[in-house]
Amino acid sequence: MKLDLLAILAQTALLLLLAPLLSGLIKNWKAKLQNRRGAPVWQPYFDLAKFLRKDMVISEHASWIFTATPYVVFLTALLVGLMVPMLTAHAPLDLFGGALAVIGLLALGRFFLALGGLDPASAFGGMGSSREMTLSAIAEPAMMLSIFTLAITAGSTNLSQIVLAGQGPGWKFLDPAHALAFAAMFIVLLAETGRIPVDNPATHLELTMIHEAMLLEYSGRYLAFIEWGASIKQLVLMALLANIFFPVGLAADTTPAAVGLGLLWFVGKLLVLAGVVVVVEFTNAKLRLFRVPDLLSAAFILATLALVSTFLFR
Amino acid sequence: MSLPMPATLLVISLCGYLIGAVGSLLFMRRERLAAGFAFGAATLSGLSGLLGALFFLAGGAGVAPPQFELFPPLIPYIHFSVRLDALSAFFLMLVSLLGLAISAYSLGYAKGFFGRKNVGVLGAFYNALVLATTLTVVADNIWLFLIAWEIMALTAYCLVSFEHEIVETRKAGVLYFIMSHIDAGCVILGFLLLFQASGDYSFASLHNLGAEMAPGKRDAAFLLFLLGFGIKAGIVPLHIWLPAAHPVAPSNVSAFMSGVLIKTGIYGLTRVCFDFLGAPPLWWGVTLLTVGTISAVLGVLYALMEHDLKRLLAYHSIENIGIILMGLGAALMFLNTGHPVLATFALIAGMYHTINHATFKGLLFLGAGAVLHATHTRNMEEMGGLIKRMPQTAFYFLIGAVAISALPPLNGFVSEWLTYQALLQGFGTTESMMRLIFPLSGALLALTGALAAACFVKAFGITFLAQPRSAHAEHAHEVGPAMRLGMGLLAVVCVVLGLFPTQFVRLLDPLTQQLTGQQISVQLSAANGLVLASLSEKGGTVSTLGITLMAVCLLPVPFGLWLVFSRKTKVRRGPTWDCGQRGLTPRMEYTATGFSKPIRMIFKALFQPRRDVQREYDFSPYFATNIRFESHVEEVFEQRIYRPLRILILRVSRRIRTIQHGSIHFYLLYIFITLLLLLMFAL
Repeated sequence: MKLDLLAILAQTALLLLLAPLLSGLIKNWKAKLQNRRGAPVWQPYFDLAKFLRKDMVISEHASWIFTATPYVVFLTALLVGLMVPMLTAHAPLDLFGGALAVIGLLALGRFFLALGGLDPASAFGGMGSSREMTLSAIAEPAMMLSIFTLAITAGSTNLSQIVLAGQGPGWKFLDPAHALAFAAMFIVLLAETGRIPVDNPATHLELTMIHEAMLLEYSGRYLAFIEWGASIKQLVLMALLANIFFPVGLAADTTPAAVGLGLLWFVGKLLVLAGVVVVVEFTNAKLRLFRVPDLLSAAFILATLALVSTFLFR
Repeated sequence: MSLPMPATLLVISLCGYLIGAVGSLLFMRRERLAAGFAFGAATLSGLSGLLGALFFLAGGAGVAPPQFELFPPLIPYIHFSVRLDALSAFFLMLVSLLGLAISAYSLGYAKGFFGRKNVGVLGAFYNALVLATTLTVVADNIWLFLIAWEIMALTAYCLVSFEHEIVETRKAGVLYFIMSHIDAGCVILGFLLLFQASGDYSFASLHNLGAEMAPGKRDAAFLLFLLGFGIKAGIVPLHIWLPAAHPVAPSNVSAFMSGVLIKTGIYGLTRVCFDFLGAPPLWWGVTLLTVGTISAVLGVLYALMEHDLKRLLAYHSIENIGIILMGLGAALMFLNTGHPVLATFALIAGMYHTINHATFKGLLFLGAGAVLHATHTRNMEEMGGLIKRMPQTAFYFLIGAVAISALPPLNGFVSEWLTYQALLQGFGTTESMMRLIFPLSGALLALTGALAAACFVKAFGITFLAQPRSAHAEHAHEVGPAMRLGMGLLAVVCVVLGLFPTQFVRLLDPLTQQLTGQQISVQLSAANGLVLASLSEKGGTVSTLGITLMAVCLLPVPFGLWLVFSRKTKVRRGPTWDCGQRGLTPRMEYTATGFSKPIRMIFKALFQPRRDVQREYDFSPYFATNIRFESHVEEVFEQRIYRPLRILILRVSRRIRTIQHGSIHFYLLYIFITLLLLLMFAL
């Protein structure tokens, strides 16, 4: 466990470049399933470039919090990304924080985003902030508990250690603890990335928005940073799900061949997971806001069961 | 007699508070002088006490605790002896640090009372309160402890009722008075049980007394202390005085009460459970952990329902006391099951959170006081837009809010990280009870943390951001330099405790050596102190400093993007999107009540919200001319426990009243009968 500058740079580049592609891919696949042609998978890159070149309009009521928020969201997403193993079993920044730091940093980004929603004095922003904070308050314990399940098995909260333990002989996907924790984490993934049935990323109706409502007043490069940050967060959460529950194919060393193979595995796992997310989005309708807590408490209960079963079957 | 350095500084600090109190009363007629003298003396005394504590703790575990008598005993048995051991020094550090910052703040804050209230009295009681609190944590004798404990309760009562012309304040004062005397009663009974076993009043005779006591008496003592210190600490369901008394006190006193006073309950519990009673049964730890978890969750849930800024903060104190107790409870359980290293780890988590809560809650109350000073209201629904009018206060409050929400890289995150790790380590042990209870507590801690974040988005967002919701808020001004200094000091401490945990944990070595016989600061530090490790590097690591530095290193990424793409872009100020209406008014903003509405709906089984809507209309209900809306959330404990209890007590007292005739002959008879009975009992 030491800091490797090259690994940090490589993983930062991977996060920055792969995240928009993943968002574009999900959008494109969803369109295909809905019998539309859909925007090309590269569209998010064009969008980001365009946002970055646009002038900005900032609300006259907004304070410096509004300005700081895009940077906090963007940087916390990148930091979290550096703590999660992607291509190799060792995350570049795993010394600086494990599962708890990941959850904490995501919460920091969310905290500022919610403040940024309140800052321009619009009711929509406040509505978005209120909903986001409420739902995440219920999603966070479920996430914590399912990561606990793995941390307990591995004897560590360090994500690299969890992956290494998973690569050992003890790993069985059909282990009830594992499967239940995965189910819980998957629901949390849907909530945290603002997917149907929790939130609709494509909505244009302010009253049903959650994540988008907080961004209504953002424009130009600030919007680009927040959107990019959100897609990095999505990539990171999917990587977390893919790699700590299915730790196959992660490179054990940093030879180019091993890392290349790791990249292939990683992309493959992401594609499968993205496919599942698309199918879930396609086959479900958005839940009423006050039904979402039921879904999230189901995740919490699944995670609790996962924990109890580690306790029973060991 | 020559005293070692820390003890000298402690004596200077104690004398300073005394001089401050007396001087404040002497100069009562000249309020400017009185305030300056009282709070100036308290500031310097706080500094002296803080230095004394730091000197002692930095000396490591080898230094013998200085011990001395304040003055010769006036009555046999009653020794006024003081001992600065590691546990006392830790709490002395906490009291003095907060004393320093709050007193500096008070130099400015007291001006708000000039011409209105007697500032000399405020200064005198304030100094007496800090003095009594300091004595409570360094007392080495049951008598001195109880006297200090009682003075602390009485002066706090006087300060809570300082603005006694308001009915709410008087009621809260009386409630606090009653509760603090129930608590004193329990503590006295607890000490009587200990005295029975030891036969001496000095704390030295009480060390590890638990081993010699009968299990029944030991458990009874534990329960009495839990009740007594629990009331002081404000654990659920003994907390009802806390959200009533803390908000109505002057804000500097609220900060001291929430930051320090309730910690004396934690001091008492730690002293009793780890030092006096020793070798705890498993259920003590389980009780503390359970009570702590419940307090944490309920505290934050009730905090979310508040739109009175200071009441909201008071409920958060209950939450944080719960988190501290989770650490202490886990430590007791580990001690019972023979894992002293893990117990030390959990104890460190609890102690770290104790000092963290003192700093960020002190800071937040001082911030709330500044807001109250500027807007003359505690109601968040009338605030808003203060970040532009009070930029520094807003910045300090934001630091406190991030810290209390347990977000990296500030201190709240570090101590909750330690608590999570301690709870997770519990799974590595083989006891089935601990394997189940620890992760579940951990999950509830996660719920608490996430709800706290929601609550502080509300507290900061509604208070400081967006447009002002009232004329008060619109005309608010930044507070004076002394108040900003007090807040700034605590904000700096929050950042330092957040970024340098391994260095701070080293100061706790003497404390853990004293209580569990272990020193584990080396095991908690990795990579030359840059990284905080969970006993070993393999168990999990975190580095708040590393995260912060890394964030700075990543700044070139957005800057580079700006350089490549957006150098030519312009920034324009414009109105917020108003859906084509003619401008937004503050009435269209989201309110504090609205913000927490989803949570009120989700947890409605607990809150049982009542609402009352009355519409007045002329011809059709769709065209209301007037709508009256009321919404209440009442605490379930208030309804189910305290109200029936109060009714019962009143009924019993009414019965007892029949023996009070007002005739002196009967009273003489009662005295005579009592005397006879006592004589019979004694013979």
